[in-house]
Amino acid sequence: MSEVIVVTSGKGGVGKTTTSANIGTGLAILGKRTVMIDTDIGLRNLDVVMGLENRIVYNLVDVVEGNCRMKQALIRDKRYPNLYLLPSAQTRDKSAVNPEQMRKLVEDLQGDFDYILLDCPAGIEQGYKNAVAGADRALVVTTPEVSAIRDADRIIGLLDAGQMKSIHLIVNRVRQDMVRRGDMMSVDDVMDILAVPLIGAIPDDEAIVISTNQGEPLAGTDTPAGQAFLDICRRLLGEDVPLTLPNVSFGLFGRLTNLLRRA
Amino acid sequence: MEHIRSASPYRKCSGEVAAKRLRFLLAADRSGFPPETLAMLREDICRVISRYLDVDASQMEVRIRRPVGRNAEDRLYAGDLPALCAVIPLKSFRLKGIC
Repeated sequence: MSEVIVVTSGKGGVGKTTTSANIGTGLAILGKRTVMIDTDIGLRNLDVVMGLENRIVYNLVDVVEGNCRMKQALIRDKRYPNLYLLPSAQTRDKSAVNPEQMRKLVEDLQGDFDYILLDCPAGIEQGYKNAVAGADRALVVTTPEVSAIRDADRIIGLLDAGQMKSIHLIVNRVRQDMVRRGDMMSVDDVMDILAVPLIGAIPDDEAIVISTNQGEPLAGTDTPAGQAFLDICRRLLGEDVPLTLPNVSFGLFGRLTNLLRRA
Repeated sequence: MEHIRSASPYRKCSGEVAAKRLRFLLAADRSGFPPETLAMLREDICRVISRYLDVDASQMEVRIRRPVGRNAEDRLYAGDLPALCAVIPLKSFRLKGIC
């Protein structure tokens, strides 16, 4: 049986798709057969972040409507032998699929993969309901900002009410330098406010922007964010990985101290 | 240059401000009670109690707690029904009008 994980957040722009891409990649690196499903119908993004946009023939809606077989729509990522993507449709809208169809789609993939990762759209409407329908566990992504945390709390409430079996928190774009001078909520603050167990924190790392530009996920690479994502994957597999937040500094002085620290 | 407001170097740490704002905001969100109604309720309670005791209204806290809350604070209340919980600090430990 595969484990079905939904990556969600409520608010848009906090890094759901980047997180999905990197966790999917990380799980594949760790040898798990993984399929990522982009459930954001009408606003397709995961394919671009993964650098697989030129290989799409069929999409999720085609599978649901029976225009093609599942195997035809799945894109195999040639860089990682265990990794597959089921892209979303760009020219349709959320109402093209309902939660029941989504549950069935996930069921059809069950035997073939260790992990099924659902990238959820922003918002709490139809798209959200579709994405969480077939999931066993949820990863809620937030950033240390008031608006993102407020929306995360709302999503956690909805997941609770929907009897989601396991809910974990990912705090994205943490800047330890700002936390240290008191101008950003710490990961502990966020955990305390949301009262949900943490599965990882991702430092704000410019390598993320570069990786998205290139369409190459950075999980597992020698970057602070790349390591943080791989740590999350290890925790998903049940390993006990201590939480460390590397100090990603900006500016010349920060880069120098980072260099010195690495040397 | 007048329209440029200077960020005072002595301002309060903004991370702390954010955490405090969120705690209030989420208390209202989670209770499902509109914040304006809660504020009105708070004022009414304050007025009634002030007849008897010297209340510090600025420190007063009123919120609805759910029976199965996710927060440690929510769990302090062990009943089966949601509860209205108020913390009302007193300026002095004396009944008004007596002694």
